[in-house]
Amino acid sequence: MNLTAPAPCRRHMTHDLSFFPSFPSTAMTTRSIATSLATRLSRPLVQRTAAVALLMALAACGSSVKLDEAPVEDRSAATASTGTDQGGTAMDQGSMDGVNVPGIDTPQPAGLERLVYFDFDSFDVRSDATPILEANARYLRANPNRKVNLEGHTDERGGREYNLALGQKRAESVRRALSLMGIPDSQMEPVSFGEEKPAAVGFDEGSYAQNRRVELVYR
Amino acid sequence: MHDNHRLAFRFSRRTWLGQAAASAAVAAVPFTPAWAQFRVEVAGAGATQIPFSIAPFRDNGLVTQDMAAIIRADLERSGQFRFVPPLGYHLDESSRPDLAPWRSKGTDSLLTGSVSRLADGRFDVRFRLWDAVRGQDLGAMSYPVTTRDLRQAAHRIADFMYEKLTGDKGVFSTRIAYVSKQGNTHRLWVADADGEVAQEVFRSNQPLISPSWSPAGNELMYVSFESRKPVIYSHDIFTARRRLLANFRGSNSAPSWSPDGRRMVAALSISGNAQVYALNLDGTAPRRLTQSGGIDTEPVFSADGRSIYFVSDRGGSPQIYRMDANGGGAQRITFNGNYNISPAPSPDGKWLAFISRLGGAFRLHVMDLASGNTTALTETSADESPSFAPNSRLIIYATRDRGEALMTTTLDGRVKTRLASVQGEIREPDWGPFLK
Repeated sequence: MNLTAPAPCRRHMTHDLSFFPSFPSTAMTTRSIATSLATRLSRPLVQRTAAVALLMALAACGSSVKLDEAPVEDRSAATASTGTDQGGTAMDQGSMDGVNVPGIDTPQPAGLERLVYFDFDSFDVRSDATPILEANARYLRANPNRKVNLEGHTDERGGREYNLALGQKRAESVRRALSLMGIPDSQMEPVSFGEEKPAAVGFDEGSYAQNRRVELVYR
Repeated sequence: MHDNHRLAFRFSRRTWLGQAAASAAVAAVPFTPAWAQFRVEVAGAGATQIPFSIAPFRDNGLVTQDMAAIIRADLERSGQFRFVPPLGYHLDESSRPDLAPWRSKGTDSLLTGSVSRLADGRFDVRFRLWDAVRGQDLGAMSYPVTTRDLRQAAHRIADFMYEKLTGDKGVFSTRIAYVSKQGNTHRLWVADADGEVAQEVFRSNQPLISPSWSPAGNELMYVSFESRKPVIYSHDIFTARRRLLANFRGSNSAPSWSPDGRRMVAALSISGNAQVYALNLDGTAPRRLTQSGGIDTEPVFSADGRSIYFVSDRGGSPQIYRMDANGGGAQRITFNGNYNISPAPSPDGKWLAFISRLGGAFRLHVMDLASGNTTALTETSADESPSFAPNSRLIIYATRDRGEALMTTTLDGRVKTRLASVQGEIREPDWGPFLK
């Protein structure tokens, strides 16, 4: 009355669950390195987080053993496994390409209005935005080394990805308007935040209207 | 906010190991709140459901996870099973039960099992499944697992039952990805299909959207705003390796894999407005697949890889279109209402889930692709981001109606479940593939 295959967990993982690499036991010994590194890499804006914790959790030694047709009584057979999994799959070097991040603390031109609003479901630059864009165009012409991001936004109704595309359409409208005022594309980049960065948090038309906007952010 | 970070560096091996260990230390702290087990809502008369019973696992008290309850919740969430309370006998997988009283109680199948402690500190979870009608032993298995993997063992037992009793593969041991927002902290999570055991993959103080599983289930693409614009990254959830995939001029969003895992599509605004592009898996060689002056976004491959569904406003309002995988031949496929977005094809190629706005309410709908017939699956008003389970029998989606939450629904809309989740606003679910 034995298990048909009381194989150690490790062996079965190789066959059945090779998809989950096992957690490298060596990592635990580098905890002190981690602590010192954590101190040195203090306050990162974006943290690479517990992918390895995830790996630990997902490295389920969920290997299964078929039980014999007959009732099982001998429990000792199942204890053969030691569970000392040791996999090298997680050891490859991490790499990350960089993206230049415009400084948020970059001083914005003083006295320059940098917000234009849009009507519901519209991408047309309203007439009340024209003086604002003209002032920004004058600034950009006078300061050819300055660049500006045209950040499009929507209200929060609707899908996130579609709203991202809508915000881009608004940013693109502003880019075209500035282009007609003589600003080269090299000085401006239209981008979108969609509904992700509302200026006003509310479920009324007043809030929605404040969120349908393009912000000109100098960098 | 302070942009004092620099992403332009390569991790040394030493750094990576350090981070790995730091992560391990973090993982030791349990921070996932254990919410109530049952959140299944059944609306209307159910279709044919398979009655099943589970005897409490012998010596389940050795562990804190209730194996029978986890398996029961899995099967009930599928909408295809109806729980019949067990008779008061003590049974385990080594018992040969008299099935007559179970039959007369109305159950078709009976699961028995046990938990025992192994010498190495792990637990042996065993079960046997009986066909109560024919009196047949349908199989028995043993899962030697650590405490951490007890839930996963229960999900695999539920998968075993599901496959034996329906003939389809179960999805209870698969995983989902989603995004949470708490204050200004945005996190990307991977969790069990029931929402439990959430593990943080990535964290940012800028928005994260649109996670997309690789067909192999080891990588997630997503859109991050950490550089003050939408940029597409990919994250290997096992090695923590993070790759920048697309940072072209303008916005980079809506990434999705081809079913063979060899290509990706995304919405890029290189030319002005968002258009659909195909790219190599490293984000190089973007090739424009749509040529409209307006918005083309949310591209996603059909199950056979031969078509791409996407959203376009070329007809004056956002509608779902289908085109050849290499571009061209676009045909509109949604015609009801003036706002249809977020297409999600089923892996079996038969269905398309999407979000439709009707009378100001954004509701999950499903289309039978053969007939074009469309059904609303919810009565909520702010549904988002549908994604099919790998066996095409359930859809996961987010809804904002009663606070942001993740829900699953059957394709007839009758059985819905609110999933367990971490705290904060919960959104952007994507259901991962079958585990090998």
